[in-house]
Amino acid sequence: MTDAFAQIAALNARYARCIDDGALAEWPDFFCERCLYKVTTAQNYNDGLEAGLIYADSRAMLVDRVSALGEANIYERHAYRHILGAPFILAQDDAGTRAETSFLVVRIMRDGTSDVFASGRYVDVVRLDGDALKLAERIVVCDSSRIDTLLALPL
Amino acid sequence: MATVAAPGVSDSSTISTRTWPREGLTRVPYWVFEAADVYAAEQQRLFEGPAWNYLCLEAEIPNAGDFRSTFVGQMPVVVVRDRDGAINAFENRCAHRGALLALDDRGTVKSFSCVYHAWNYDLKGNLKGVAFKNGVRGEGGMPPSFCMEDHGPRKLRVESVAGLVFATLLPSAPALHEYLGDEIVARIERVLGGRTPVVLGRFTQSLPNNWKLYVENVKDSYHASILHLFFTTFGLNRLSMRGGIIVDPSGGHHVSFSAIDRAAEKDQEYASQQLRSEHESYKLADPTLLEGFDEFPDGVTLQILSVFPGFVLQQIQNVIAVRQILPRAVDRTDLHWTYLGFADDTPQQRTIRHKQSNLVGAAGYVSMEDGCVGGFVQRGIASAADECAVLEMGGSTAESSESRATEASVRGFWKAYRAAMGL
Repeated sequence: MTDAFAQIAALNARYARCIDDGALAEWPDFFCERCLYKVTTAQNYNDGLEAGLIYADSRAMLVDRVSALGEANIYERHAYRHILGAPFILAQDDAGTRAETSFLVVRIMRDGTSDVFASGRYVDVVRLDGDALKLAERIVVCDSSRIDTLLALPL
Repeated sequence: MATVAAPGVSDSSTISTRTWPREGLTRVPYWVFEAADVYAAEQQRLFEGPAWNYLCLEAEIPNAGDFRSTFVGQMPVVVVRDRDGAINAFENRCAHRGALLALDDRGTVKSFSCVYHAWNYDLKGNLKGVAFKNGVRGEGGMPPSFCMEDHGPRKLRVESVAGLVFATLLPSAPALHEYLGDEIVARIERVLGGRTPVVLGRFTQSLPNNWKLYVENVKDSYHASILHLFFTTFGLNRLSMRGGIIVDPSGGHHVSFSAIDRAAEKDQEYASQQLRSEHESYKLADPTLLEGFDEFPDGVTLQILSVFPGFVLQQIQNVIAVRQILPRAVDRTDLHWTYLGFADDTPQQRTIRHKQSNLVGAAGYVSMEDGCVGGFVQRGIASAADECAVLEMGGSTAESSESRATEASVRGFWKAYRAAMGL
């Protein structure tokens, strides 16, 4: 097992645990200060269409996303359970490590309804930022073109 | 309880026994969001009636044979560019045994061929070929009396405005421009006129509610600053704004807009304070989210425009999108978002559009709530079919107004809806 594989798997495990445990305030820390976090669909991704449901090009924008979810936006209480696949290492170069990881996200509503909310893959660029491994890029490519009701918590 | 109607099979005969509350436009009976007979009648009387339904952008089918499949209400429809450049639309249904003709959302074809028995149609929807029409080795085949011209999917009348393609099933419907009126056409032209749109992304949002609850929400300028707290929480309210509501004479179409008040902004001191935070504790960590570019000389920073029954063109700062509202069941709606840029955008302008698009869509800072609030109503009215919603904000009529503290454009929708439905 390569270092990159083990390190990215560990990063992903911490990332999923952060969101699923509701520690959203810590979620931006997984990213480099200059980064790209985008949520899109496989169809858009394959067609080269660049818009995102969420599009952030800085960690500060992710901080704002978390603040808005906590202070401004209105939605019914719910939680996610991320089930992540093993990372597939695509390339390693000066820019960092490019990797893809499958995800399945179950959404649990306040009345107990559990549904598969999203499946897809993270298309990542991961690099060392100081002594910590961080996401320089995370494109969340959802398999389906459809979002049920709304997307509040990040994927 | 809401009853889910199977597409096209529920009975609309009981609709004639329904009566609208005597208060008129200020009341909306909740059965209109819940009843299967209403839902079935909408397909016949509204979507296949006098309505012009949005299909796609001209720019999405630029070349001969390019098609997209979409819907008019529940009716599956193919819209295709013909060899002469015209745009045709017809029901996505084989005249033989009813199977879909186009199975993909989009593509490019020379003709349409049904996968079931290979009946073949040209780009106008005319039946041009029937497999084994003359039988095999002199046996079987269609009877001599069978005439291909007598068989085909229903064809729609297609017209465009500023690159937006609309269609109607009603041969006697007024022309699209007449349907929209000069004021609405001008408001479409100010966003799209003379420009070459580029699709930046497509997203579908499944809404857990009747389609009309979303239309009401789009037309409801009263809720904007109450339900959507993003701008006020982060102190992003511009003081020097003017705005208003336009409701067309039919009531069905509307425009809600706000604009920078150029006169007020001439006062430099005032301009320097235009962004004043009411909640000093919350500020955007990255205010570049809202950095825009000067795209519209009229200073309009927000324009939400709806075309009856289910089309929306939005300009929120530099985020341009069209929304197509499609009923899927009594209590289920598909909302199709198409985000647009333009061919002459610079890379910086493109990035600005992408960043501002955080405001809209299923995850939008100022539209996230619109995805769930219709469901709150649908669930809230579960046993209230005979009760009514109250629409008295701003009076009882459906007229244009300079105030946005009004439900005039929501009343306008019901005026047009009742006229089309005979309710």
